[in-house]
Amino acid sequence: MSVEPKIDDGRVRCDACPVMCYIKPGLTGACDRYGNEGGQLVRLDPHVILDRSLQGAVPFLDRADDWDGDIVGGTRFVTAIGAGTTYPDYKPAPFIVASEIDGVDMVTVVTEGIFSYCGVKVKIDTDRHIGPEGSPVRAEGEAIGHVTTGEYGSQMLSLGGVHHLTGSGKKAGRATCAALLALSNGEAVELTVDAGVSMLVQSGQPPVINGAREERMRVGCGSATIGMFAKQWQGNIDEVVVVDDHITGVLSEHQAGKVLGIPETGVRMKGRRSTPGRYFEVAGPGTGWGGTDISDPLTILGPFDPKVARPGLRMLMVSTTGEQAAYFELDEALRPIERDMPAPVVFSVDRIKENCEPALCTVLFMAGAGGSLRAGVTENPVRLTTSVKNALIRVTCGGAPVFIWPGGGITFMVDVALVPKNAFGYVPTPALVAPIEFTMRRDDYARLGGHMSHLRPLADVLAETSARQIAPRVGPWPLKPLPRS
Amino acid sequence: MAIEAFAPVVSNRLQARVLPGGRLHLHEGPIDLIIGAWGQPAEIVSAYRAAERRMTGLLDALCQDLPVLRATATGEAACSTGRRMQAAVAPYLSEVFLTPMAAVAGAVAEEVLSAMVQAATLSRAFVNNGGDIALHLAPGERLVLGAVDRPDRPALFGTATISAADPVRGVATSGWRGRSFSLGIADAVTVLAASAAAADAAATVIANAVDLPDHLGIGRVPAEALDPMSDLGARLVTRDVPWLSPPDIARALACGVTTARRLLARGGIVAAALHVQGRTELVETGRMMAA
Repeated sequence: MSVEPKIDDGRVRCDACPVMCYIKPGLTGACDRYGNEGGQLVRLDPHVILDRSLQGAVPFLDRADDWDGDIVGGTRFVTAIGAGTTYPDYKPAPFIVASEIDGVDMVTVVTEGIFSYCGVKVKIDTDRHIGPEGSPVRAEGEAIGHVTTGEYGSQMLSLGGVHHLTGSGKKAGRATCAALLALSNGEAVELTVDAGVSMLVQSGQPPVINGAREERMRVGCGSATIGMFAKQWQGNIDEVVVVDDHITGVLSEHQAGKVLGIPETGVRMKGRRSTPGRYFEVAGPGTGWGGTDISDPLTILGPFDPKVARPGLRMLMVSTTGEQAAYFELDEALRPIERDMPAPVVFSVDRIKENCEPALCTVLFMAGAGGSLRAGVTENPVRLTTSVKNALIRVTCGGAPVFIWPGGGITFMVDVALVPKNAFGYVPTPALVAPIEFTMRRDDYARLGGHMSHLRPLADVLAETSARQIAPRVGPWPLKPLPRS
Repeated sequence: MAIEAFAPVVSNRLQARVLPGGRLHLHEGPIDLIIGAWGQPAEIVSAYRAAERRMTGLLDALCQDLPVLRATATGEAACSTGRRMQAAVAPYLSEVFLTPMAAVAGAVAEEVLSAMVQAATLSRAFVNNGGDIALHLAPGERLVLGAVDRPDRPALFGTATISAADPVRGVATSGWRGRSFSLGIADAVTVLAASAAAADAAATVIANAVDLPDHLGIGRVPAEALDPMSDLGARLVTRDVPWLSPPDIARALACGVTTARRLLARGGIVAAALHVQGRTELVETGRMMAA
């Protein structure tokens, strides 16, 4: 081993990877990602600036302003992505940018927040049973959240949160942080549910459940499906059962069938009757027909009522996505016998499929900017919260619109699909790093005790060489003027 | 490619993610791999897992060998990546200055590709390590590569079609605008060779040869002034090339072409494309590259 010469020429040693480069001032290491800026090791991931004129490179649009009457001036918005943080807390935010929009002086305070209080809510469009509500959800074998209450046509996960990040051991904290980071950056993550399924979840992509890619979201519950298609079935078929783990629908008994004058068929359902033609709990939850645990639909039927049923009666059984369907005719003993599906019935099943939306996973990042981050914006932090609540301040995450939860603190949710790619980072504590920007009128910023001496004109920030300009994704332009206070 | 069943590892150091189109991106430190594989979905998943497994610890092992690979110490590298690098530069050591570091990117690509091919049955696969590419082609398969003449300003200048029957399993590009230092003034020299490490070493040698040693306008700086640990020591590396006259461009290219022809004749390369300020010279026996 050679002894490294000790030369005081301002070089720094990078410890980001085992190459351990010595980096001279103004230069970068072997990876081009870390550099020496004035004796400090800095990460050079570019600072992202949204440039609206880059949006939709459609040739017939010269200026982006021409196509959206809602847009009022200002084509560039400085996001917090790559901006750096305010650590320690009293430091003003890294960028406090002044710009003029439509004659109004605006200020955007730009910082990357370190969020120990954060998580993601995942909506998975599927009727399949992914596991019991409250069941732990695991990544890399560690519990990182749980299955929460189901919503329309979807299963919901609540992942992360302060207890999983910081309160359940180092390994679980790291696994939670890694999964939240990947999901927030739009990457695929494999999750397992205790007493449930294994699935691949990725923002904007169909879920893959136990290795099977989900294609469609249900057209409606079993009862709604009856209502939607009753008229199209009339005359082509005598009975339809739409199998659904939540509400199984039966055409002849359903109000829709009654109104159309569809006669009784003598079908007898298992499960618990809610209202006419609507049945709960016809089977257990699972990954079979319509989110039940059955693969043979006849198991949810009792014997046909001999006083009503007649041989030759035609019956369709179909799931809420049309992915499973079978056609039966009653024999002399009133037993349903599976037959080839007649063309009009095939057509109606296809119609159900056609009316299903694509099944997707959607990921909302949720974090609370209650405490220290506010000090980077103003010397009087509570006024920031109040002003956000009074809608004098627009909060964005990498330029994407957020929903602010009412009540205390600045707890926001953002669709990660609207945030520019790779906007999220992490620190090993573990916590996630997310961009957050506060935009307001300049006079309002002064009033709430803003760091006015740190205001920088937009042109200065744009002149920085490390800035990367990208087109914004869908969503309202973050710099629209705010109402006067 | 159907890779739904593949969940990439998320660790603090090695970063893995699936890119649109089903390619795999692996990143650690200076190693940045874009990986593609064709075959049955289950085979692709096995191959991607194998790539991740091979990358785990690869950089650590390589860094242990750095003194030998930067030729500040002598001896055989302990890790297989290092030995691939040493083998790739061996043919040149008696002629020009070259350390095994000249083949590092290609050697890493080869190591990962070889792990993938051992673990899975693939019809085709590539591992692209920042432009240095290792290829796998099952019999009868072919792959079309797009080539750029300025790595900092990518625009396709042409394509190379590689068939399984061709003796090409590696592609590499070297030039002064790239991430590694170059002694020459080529914007880019792209080489097709039997392996990625061999292509990497050859591209470095040819790009170093594309030069105008007496041209005063070319900005050159001792490598160690930029990177104290560079294997090039006090040798002057190119930092700036002014606009050159057509005769100067021709003269610089001619030097590179002479070297490339010598390597072609003795089987070190299969083809090379040399670029200086918009002019391109092809050195090849068949018709591998099309501009």
